[in-house]
Amino acid sequence: MTSHVDGNALAGSLSEIFRTDMTTAVCCCGGCGDTTTIATEMVYGTDALAHGSIVRCRSCDDVLITLVDTPERTVVRFPGITTLTVDRETPPA
Amino acid sequence: MTDWKVGTVTDTRTETPTGRSITISVDGWPGNLAGQHLDLRLTAPDGYQAVRSYSIASVGDGSTVELAVDRFPTGEVSPYLVDDVLPGDQLEVKGPLGRWFVWTPEDTRPIQLVAGGSGIVPLIAMARAHAMSGSTTAFRLLYSVRTPEDRFFADELASLESETFHVDYVYTRSTPADWPTPPRRVTRDVIEALTISAADAPGVFVCGPTGFVEAVARALVELGHDPQSVKTERFGG
Repeated sequence: MTSHVDGNALAGSLSEIFRTDMTTAVCCCGGCGDTTTIATEMVYGTDALAHGSIVRCRSCDDVLITLVDTPERTVVRFPGITTLTVDRETPPA
Repeated sequence: MTDWKVGTVTDTRTETPTGRSITISVDGWPGNLAGQHLDLRLTAPDGYQAVRSYSIASVGDGSTVELAVDRFPTGEVSPYLVDDVLPGDQLEVKGPLGRWFVWTPEDTRPIQLVAGGSGIVPLIAMARAHAMSGSTTAFRLLYSVRTPEDRFFADELASLESETFHVDYVYTRSTPADWPTPPRRVTRDVIEALTISAADAPGVFVCGPTGFVEAVARALVELGHDPQSVKTERFGG
């Protein structure tokens, strides 16, 4: 398994689903309450063997987002986020 | 929603023994900010697709983008980009992406850049933006590479040096002949000696392999930098 990268790396995948750049959105972890931009969370599974990505809380490791891409569909789960705050000023992704 | 666009490779240039820069002309590319990245998609004849993220070395308006790619020997995509791709070849790209690891001339804080290896790519975009905008903000780059041959954009970095942009190199395996220090790593002491002090409240951008970025970010916070002002981009490895 390769080491993790930053939430920045998911800008492209998330742009297929959301209207604005989600890496600057602020999320609150349901596990520990840590609140930060998605760009600073930890992303696992961006290597060749991965069929999707997992975003974990930078503070407590809880799973915040799972993202599975197939040619036909994308499945996103938000098991660990209690609040997601998106700035209205954020330009389109 | 950002769509995939078809780009045509217009130029390639060898930068290091394992890396090169690739210029791609992309119809409909809206320009990009310094530090943004794009996703690049390759499709094999059997339909298999691989997507990777690459930082963009170029900045500003215009429909060409420059990438610089280092070869991961076991990679699926980077060996093709470094060894095989030719002018005229077509690649699919999506972007520009990400507005967090970005510098714009409106940011008037002093700026410290810290690069490990090909982590220089988004940071040279910031150095170019700094020069192009005429910003008088102090910029300083700490660039860690294994050997002198492993420097990306060495000539350009030398030409960008000015009263407001200074480059410090750290060599981890071998140094130029007359170099004052033996090979060393970017430790907390090195960072303290060669970067803008926390007392000056700089914005800091760190990009490189995950282990490098974690060590540098930890040392910066120990040296008193506000964690909020230290932005990182890890590229794995």
